[in-house]
Amino acid sequence: MLKTTPLYESHQALSAKMGAFAGYDMPLYYDEGVLKEHEWVRSHTGLFDVSHMGQVTIEGLGAAEFLERLTPSSFQKKKHGRAQYTVLTNEGGGIIDDLIIARLSDGKFFAVINAGCKEKDIKWIQKNLPDDLKFTHLEDHALLALQGAQAEIALRECFGIDASDLPYMWIMDTQIEGVGDVFISRLGYTGEDGFELSVPNDSAAMVWKKLLDHNSVKPIGLAARDSLRLEMGYPLYGHDIDSETSPVEADLSWVIGKSNTGFIGAERVLKEKEQGTARRRAGIRLLDKGIAREGAEIRDSKDQKIGGLTSGGFSPVLKESIGQGYIESSLANMGEKIFVNVRGRNIPAEVAAMPFVPAKTKSMKKRAA
Amino acid sequence: MAEIKYTEDHEWVSVDGDVVSIGITGYAQEALGDLVFVELPEVGKKVGKGDDFAVVESVKTAAEVYSPVAGEVVEVNSAMADDLELIKKPANENGWIARIKINDPSELEGLMDESKYKEFTESLD
Repeated sequence: MLKTTPLYESHQALSAKMGAFAGYDMPLYYDEGVLKEHEWVRSHTGLFDVSHMGQVTIEGLGAAEFLERLTPSSFQKKKHGRAQYTVLTNEGGGIIDDLIIARLSDGKFFAVINAGCKEKDIKWIQKNLPDDLKFTHLEDHALLALQGAQAEIALRECFGIDASDLPYMWIMDTQIEGVGDVFISRLGYTGEDGFELSVPNDSAAMVWKKLLDHNSVKPIGLAARDSLRLEMGYPLYGHDIDSETSPVEADLSWVIGKSNTGFIGAERVLKEKEQGTARRRAGIRLLDKGIAREGAEIRDSKDQKIGGLTSGGFSPVLKESIGQGYIESSLANMGEKIFVNVRGRNIPAEVAAMPFVPAKTKSMKKRAA
Repeated sequence: MAEIKYTEDHEWVSVDGDVVSIGITGYAQEALGDLVFVELPEVGKKVGKGDDFAVVESVKTAAEVYSPVAGEVVEVNSAMADDLELIKKPANENGWIARIKINDPSELEGLMDESKYKEFTESLD
């Protein structure tokens, strides 16, 4: 039996094409289809139900230190309201999940974890949790992602919320009339400017409806969410990163905090950061017609296997096939000519910089008061 | 007008003597979603009954196109490689993917006519 989000009835009312994702019955696309939805987010603003993702808080005096055990990032000096993309690492230095962690106050952090990893993450965090810290799974909260150029205007016009001073990767708490407290973070998974709104389950449908009433905003399904993130080169857990891949292999070394040497799995991760890895995650662009998807082999000019695609598909903006995969580090250089084998045919391709499409996110800097 | 028959895999087959033109039905197009690429076969390719001879790619998935009859590809709709919109056209308006010269016309006998196919698709929804 699939689980549903508090917006299930809203999706049905919109005649969404539903499908199973991470144990949830989720909207894959609405009546206009994936391509139009993708283009709408790039040109206007899209609203996504991402309530299947897990929202958790960790509270207590040593919360920042604890997060520096769980992840390679630094949290002790993190400013209140600042969010950080990072990974949970296992003892072998592999990735348990990738997540966003935001500091709400000195001793309170809020995190958003992947739907498919929820159970595993929660077990892992609780197993490692010091006695004096409190972990809470916010099952009574839905999560809406509002992504696109008019996201800030829509927030103001729908709810009177002024987020103009909120930089990229910052979170603020505010109120919506008739809803109460909501957390609004300026981030997302599309490369557009935008926000994620954490709202109580029983208000989710009202907030959803009100945002959709805005003439710049349309509902967008998970299929376009995937093609949008692919254009940004963002990794998708379970595909581009998993319990075997380290953050260094995954080209996510930038999440490693300078002063953090005591995190779980540090032995492998820090050694790899110093010495490099045999393979690395890289962007791949097909130079000829065709679509290369997850699982396709990457080969060199001698037809030797040098890696494999971990995601891939059609870029609606570039009108060509893009993807990401792991290839031998010596060949993971921008512009390197390679081949991707699709159904027995070697399609010319090259290693490409990510994002494939320029991100339109705002500056992370706080404006001087 | 040529006779049109349908397969359970949602191909349409337009029969003209011993050559058939094969395309995919509106039902298949609807199920696949936005189409982005078609991989055409080469002229001269031998296909067995039930073999795939082309691949249609949508944003979400790749779908094989099957030939319900054995034969040899004698023509491909190369214009479709540059203009995927053609795939939505009916048989008499360049909606075909490839033309196959068939070995045994009796293989066409098991295929559905338009009203049977309509019933078939309705039974799927």
